[in-house]
Amino acid sequence: MPIGEIMELEAIINQAKAQIETANDAASLDQVRVEFMGKKGKLTDLLKGLGRLSAEERPAAGQKINLAKQEIQQAISAKGDALRTAEMNKKLAEEAIDVTLPGRGEVAGNLHPVSRTIERIESFFSQLGFAVKSGPEVEDGFHNFDALNIPANHPARADHDTFYFNPDVMLRTQTSGVQIRTMEVEKPPLRIISPGRVYRNDYDQTHTPMFHQVEGLMVDKHVSFTELKGILHDFLHHFFEESLQIRFRPSYFPFTEPSAEVDVMGKNGQWLEVLGCGMVHPNVLKAVNIDPEEYTGFAFGMGVERLTMLRYGVNDLRAFFENDLRFLKQFN
Amino acid sequence: MKFSEKWLREWVNPAVPTATLSEQLSMAGLEVDGVEPVAGEFEGVKVGKVVECGQHPNADKLRVTKVDVGEGDLLDIVCGAPNCREGLMVAVAVVGAVLPGDFKIKKAKLRGEPSMGMLCSFSELGISDDHSGIIELPADAPIGRDIRDYLNLDDLTIEVDLTPNRADCLSIRGVAREVAVLNELDVNEPEVPAVEPAIEAKLSVALNAPKGCPRYLGRVVKNVNVTASSPLWLTEKLRRCGVRSIDPIVDVTNFVLLELGQPMHAFDLNKIEGGVQVRMAKQGESLTLLDETTVELSDNTLVIADDNKALAMAGVFGGLDSGVSSDTKDILLESAFFSRDVIMGRARQYGLHTDASHRYERGVDPQLQHRAMERATALILQICGGEAGPVVEAVEETLLPQVNAVTLRQDRLNRVLGIEIDPAKVTQLLSRLGLATTYANEKWNTIVPSYRFDIAIEEDLIEEVARIYGYNNIPDVAPTAHLQMLPAKEAQLSDAQLKSVLLQRGYQEAITYSFVDPKIQQTLYPDIASLTLPHPISSDMSVMRVSVIPGLLGAAAYNQKRQQSRIRFFETGLKFVADEAAPNGVIQTPVIGGLIVGKRNVEHWDLDDNAFDFYDIKGDVEALLAQTGKGSEFTFVSSSQSTFHPGMAADIEFNGKKVGVIGAIHPQFMKLLGLNGRVFVFELDLSEINTRNLPQAKPISRYPANRRDIAITVKDDIAVGDILKFVEKIGVNQLVGLNLFDVYKGSGIEPGYKSLAMTLILQDTDKTLEESEIQQAVNAVISGLESEFEAALRE
Repeated sequence: MPIGEIMELEAIINQAKAQIETANDAASLDQVRVEFMGKKGKLTDLLKGLGRLSAEERPAAGQKINLAKQEIQQAISAKGDALRTAEMNKKLAEEAIDVTLPGRGEVAGNLHPVSRTIERIESFFSQLGFAVKSGPEVEDGFHNFDALNIPANHPARADHDTFYFNPDVMLRTQTSGVQIRTMEVEKPPLRIISPGRVYRNDYDQTHTPMFHQVEGLMVDKHVSFTELKGILHDFLHHFFEESLQIRFRPSYFPFTEPSAEVDVMGKNGQWLEVLGCGMVHPNVLKAVNIDPEEYTGFAFGMGVERLTMLRYGVNDLRAFFENDLRFLKQFN
Repeated sequence: MKFSEKWLREWVNPAVPTATLSEQLSMAGLEVDGVEPVAGEFEGVKVGKVVECGQHPNADKLRVTKVDVGEGDLLDIVCGAPNCREGLMVAVAVVGAVLPGDFKIKKAKLRGEPSMGMLCSFSELGISDDHSGIIELPADAPIGRDIRDYLNLDDLTIEVDLTPNRADCLSIRGVAREVAVLNELDVNEPEVPAVEPAIEAKLSVALNAPKGCPRYLGRVVKNVNVTASSPLWLTEKLRRCGVRSIDPIVDVTNFVLLELGQPMHAFDLNKIEGGVQVRMAKQGESLTLLDETTVELSDNTLVIADDNKALAMAGVFGGLDSGVSSDTKDILLESAFFSRDVIMGRARQYGLHTDASHRYERGVDPQLQHRAMERATALILQICGGEAGPVVEAVEETLLPQVNAVTLRQDRLNRVLGIEIDPAKVTQLLSRLGLATTYANEKWNTIVPSYRFDIAIEEDLIEEVARIYGYNNIPDVAPTAHLQMLPAKEAQLSDAQLKSVLLQRGYQEAITYSFVDPKIQQTLYPDIASLTLPHPISSDMSVMRVSVIPGLLGAAAYNQKRQQSRIRFFETGLKFVADEAAPNGVIQTPVIGGLIVGKRNVEHWDLDDNAFDFYDIKGDVEALLAQTGKGSEFTFVSSSQSTFHPGMAADIEFNGKKVGVIGAIHPQFMKLLGLNGRVFVFELDLSEINTRNLPQAKPISRYPANRRDIAITVKDDIAVGDILKFVEKIGVNQLVGLNLFDVYKGSGIEPGYKSLAMTLILQDTDKTLEESEIQQAVNAVISGLESEFEAALRE
């Protein structure tokens, strides 16, 4: 190839690159392509001029021109990519939003803290095969008292501050009646818990006329006091999720014997009573036709509000029934 | 029961500090509720004698005294107490003394007269609130002795919260027995020698209701001086047990009650006509009690009577007329055993509660009456003088509680407690409790002492063993049981599942009282019978709710008053409707109810700020109903229940049965309810919506679905729900979807009419629908609508 043409080829490449460089949109870039590589483009002209060369010179010259063509083509597509990227970026930049603005839609509400505690208690005991039972809140004397070994006029009845409708119909003072209702229709082995509302005619800083209890009952052939202690220890540790000091203190409930109250050591170093329990009294089993010689059982009852207060640091019992949204929304 | 620690320690004195003693009692089942000092903190107060007492020259109400405190010079002290007089033995706070409240006694001048100390009242020493005058000490009080020391004031009042079964511990003697057992000590029981009768006088006693009173002891004491004052040791013991001093006779009977646990009573002998009889009251018989109230007795009440009238309510309260007064010269002392069954509930029946009734209805030792009688007689003679007659006893031995013989089987003990306790230890433990115990053939045979009348069955012994052995010495063991899987009905929807729908939609769970304000409930539900509490906490909590809605309205009002304007609540629980035919006269139905008021959206930069409307709460209800898988089978039927806005309320029905309501609270009730804005509520019977269909899968059509939109006009008063249901019915097989996408009234539509636009989605399971088939189906719908609802097709 004559040196003049080689010089010309390099000039064309440089010229093309310069024009590619300055092209700032797809159209002007395409103009460059047409100018150099189109049907009448400068390189196309050179290729057409190959015919003027001798057969020996032609391959080398052709190869050179093709290399030049490739070089320009690459530059064009690189520039094309760059332009498209820039254009995309520009478009995306225009679409940008403030990601810190609040989103749309509803924030879920939450369970009442008392329900939340009941749900947790149910889940612990469900793991051990305790079924959840419920019963009526307007109750008769048999289920609320008599069958629980609390005969009429027993001083323990007076301690209950019962809301009576008439001498034999009352608001239940404990969920223990559900034990009786269950044992009337189901036979051992039995494992149940019964959460629910109970009522006492008392209203001050530490008493509300309605509150919640969870009662538990297990009756089987060899249920013992050691097992009662075992299950309640486990429960309290799991409920509070810490290794609390726990003590069982002898007490009295007409429907259990031996009976105990269970205290946990509070953060202030004082013992706090959290539940009552005991071995089911033989008279209770007899009242529902279960032979106390064949079966033994344990029962326990806990105040849900008390446990909730300890767990979440609630100081005023009455807050549970005011339903102040600012209070309730803390339990989500 | 409150008692003085020092008094207890006279009976049994374990070498342990108060804190340990309290802990022991609590852990034995006698829960200690509180421990309080019996006097304020003070020092430097001495016994003194007022040697001279004269009028203060410059002040009418003050005296100037010279007081001997045993230190050579007499002290000049100015005193303002009305009872200050020469010769009186007093408590003197000398210069340098510190009284409660860090009050330091210094040399002073009062209206010009020097004062070198202060004569103290009980209240100034923090002993009682008596500030009527200065303390009057006995004449033999040793001058110069420290008052704390002399009055034994370094003592504590221990309050024990006794359970109803431990009536045996309602006395110093009972607590002492328990402490002795816990510390393996003996009780130092004081001797109570019999008082020899000095006179013959006596009164006959007839037991006319021997079941209620199988033992009655009476004793005449003549010529007692009831105006004598009770000695300080007596009033102090009473005070430290929480009992006020009244007069020496009552003080003595109270003392015996506290010391031994035997309630006693004293009658004015000269008010008794004829003999004493213990009988059931005559229905309507009248008796004026010591507190001057007159009661009409029922025939279930045991009384002490004379030949003509009732004198006292046995075991509960004395009568005014037969009681000891300042004029009394001769008395009849009573020490009786009344049976628990007859006394239980009586005090309450008359709205009373006394120390005596508290003990009798829990039980009294049936063998205690003689001892108590002798103790009281001796004390009365000592304090009031007089001459005692012989003790007259009327007794029906066979009706007295019999001695319990109780057997404890070793295998039962082990089985119930879950541990094996060394039999020798058990024997020793039961014996210490006062039970005559023998062990043979793996059984303990015990004879229970009369004071442990609570022990009657084997379980009682198991409890005693466990209690003294120590609950906390019994190990914790995980329960064992057969792994039995519980059934779980898939079709059953739990409350938790239903609640979660509302929680996800932003509702907050509320728990409101089951009793509500009758005024509000009656206004909202005039036609529903409710249950009234005869003795409510307050009148606005006196009827059982017939719906959860009144409670939710109250909660909403409470929050609106506290600047919470956007409120959504739900609650689950029972509602109570009175019904004589139902068990206990009430139908108790579990329901779920909800309430919304305020703006549909929280204030937001991009959401509308419209208020909630009916369709918001309806959507929530539909979401709940959708859980059942039969949402379309529930219908909303316009309702005219007076609770609601007449144009915004519906009954929710399932297969024609009403299962709930939904609506806007009638605007006329807003003021009464204290609420602002439009309040929407719903309530559903849980038992009607808590089952769901088990899914039955069908093949999915492989052929394309076809959409056709139609628009019709109908009269405005036609319910859209009816139209949609009708279209579904007509299109049965091929209509797989129906969406109402526009409801329009206004320009272009004749007044009184509305335009509805809906999409029909048609599809066949077996083939691609031909255009002609599609058109046929659409035409069927249109002509049906035309004939059923006089609808006109909009072109």
